[in-house]
Amino acid sequence: MVELTSFDDLINPRLHGKFEAEPVFEVEQSAEPEASTLTVDETRTPVVIVDDLHVKYQVYASGKAAGSAGARRLLQASARGIREVHAVKGVSFVAYENESIGIIGSNGSGKSTLMRTITGLTSPASGSVYASSRPNMLGVGAALIPDLSGDKNIMLGGLALGYNRQEINDMREDITKFAELEEFIDLPMRTYSSGMSARLKFAIAASKQHDILIVDEALAVGDARFRKRSEAKIREIRENAGTIFLVSHSMNSILDTCNRVIWIEKGVLTMDGDAKTVVDAYKGKKK
Amino acid sequence: MINEVTKTMTAADYAAQYGLNRVGARPSLVSYLKQAWGRRDFAYELAKSRLQSSNQRNRLGMLWVVIKPTMNAVMYGFIFGILMGGSRGADFPVFVVIGVFLFEFFSGSVSSGAKAITGNAALVQSLAFPRITLVISAVIQQFLTLVPMLVVMYLYCTILGTYPRWSWLMLFPLLVLFTMFNTGMALICARLTVHIRDFTQILPLIVRMLFFTSGVLFGVDRVLNAFPGLVRMFDFHPIYQTLQIARGSIMNGVEYPSFYWIVLAVWGVVALVGGTIYFWAAEERYGRVD
Repeated sequence: MVELTSFDDLINPRLHGKFEAEPVFEVEQSAEPEASTLTVDETRTPVVIVDDLHVKYQVYASGKAAGSAGARRLLQASARGIREVHAVKGVSFVAYENESIGIIGSNGSGKSTLMRTITGLTSPASGSVYASSRPNMLGVGAALIPDLSGDKNIMLGGLALGYNRQEINDMREDITKFAELEEFIDLPMRTYSSGMSARLKFAIAASKQHDILIVDEALAVGDARFRKRSEAKIREIRENAGTIFLVSHSMNSILDTCNRVIWIEKGVLTMDGDAKTVVDAYKGKKK
Repeated sequence: MINEVTKTMTAADYAAQYGLNRVGARPSLVSYLKQAWGRRDFAYELAKSRLQSSNQRNRLGMLWVVIKPTMNAVMYGFIFGILMGGSRGADFPVFVVIGVFLFEFFSGSVSSGAKAITGNAALVQSLAFPRITLVISAVIQQFLTLVPMLVVMYLYCTILGTYPRWSWLMLFPLLVLFTMFNTGMALICARLTVHIRDFTQILPLIVRMLFFTSGVLFGVDRVLNAFPGLVRMFDFHPIYQTLQIARGSIMNGVEYPSFYWIVLAVWGVVALVGGTIYFWAAEERYGRVD
């Protein structure tokens, strides 16, 4: 690992390996990479390997970001009040092809952080995630612009998801129809009701096919009728996706759809196994 | 002993065995640029949409793209025209209009580039794409702002008594180099802001300082007559040179040494390549919440 201190070091490509084991700006390193206790079932094809994953956030208690390593060194003397939130503590598991894995745990247990790390959007403090292709989360809302019409937002969202213009023009009608916005698609999105814009966001996000997909329960949106349709759509996506992670608080939908469940409590993997067994144990613990 | 070593396989070994890649790992520069090229439509669409939406709710709409720099030019031209009194040339208005309009492109690129990652945190955290796309998009947005400004600039020049000639077309290669330079600077600022948020507080000051030291409002040779050493420094000043080449191409009777093209080309290439590598090196850092 190169100590990145000078500008020359930072722009010198020879100092940076192609695929480094650790992210570039790691704050704390575990001393020695231990041989993991991970075992892979040789008869199945693993698509995601999560290896001793730790995720930490460092935040000033006041809410101010702690900043980069360099700045912290600079402010070491006055760096009191830094709180380290250890959100995921040493989670390891292997996901195989065609598995539906439910992720359960109480609020703030680290489920979302774990999922974000699996998609590569949050970098781990140590440990790593390996995957056959980049896992995707269902979500596109952040790319959209409220002042533009729904139609233009379909184009923008589609491009953000990685489609080309031709593909989006082909899907445009389906998306509009699915979101039930045929009459309003040329109005600015800011004039939509919250249900309408949620429907549009869902319809755009759900138009993409994924190999490894992460679905958050909150995605089933809108009124009862649209919820039913979006759940059906999620099921359809799931059938086409190779492997799926479903984050949910609803044990019924987990039991309906998952053949394996991972239970996370306070950042620690508490239980991993057959859906029924884990959900029963979780319910027992909750009571 | 040897047996033990062969028995314990690490996750990385398994990953290699099944052809899995580490998620979130920074891709090689070549594949990174390839991915970014794949998102070029997104960069352009995002730039266009942002530009439209930023002006849509104003009564005068897109006209503001032209009105704002015009008011700037009028204000600076008026104030400094009076301040400088007799020392200004007869074609001072054209001189100022070219300077202010082109400098606007630089300052816009740098300041919106600096916010390209930090200002789009939600987008960075919800979708996976090369983050360079966001910075490029910010520069494209500034470029799209510049195009109508250039038309207006030519219009003003004609009104103010400078008539079209073939050398006006030299502005196209000039803009290519200037855009390369601006993109490189925007990339560097984007990464600096991610590491040190405070940079956005200092940046306006730096831009303002460059505004007064890049010959936007006055010819350097005219003001710095007494300091020949300082004048030499402006032989290597990319923004000053851009403005001088533009003036030389548009105005009558303004000369610039032709080696300015070479210096500016070197600046453009170095800034773009250096900025890209510098930005790419921290790719894994950008989505992090801390």
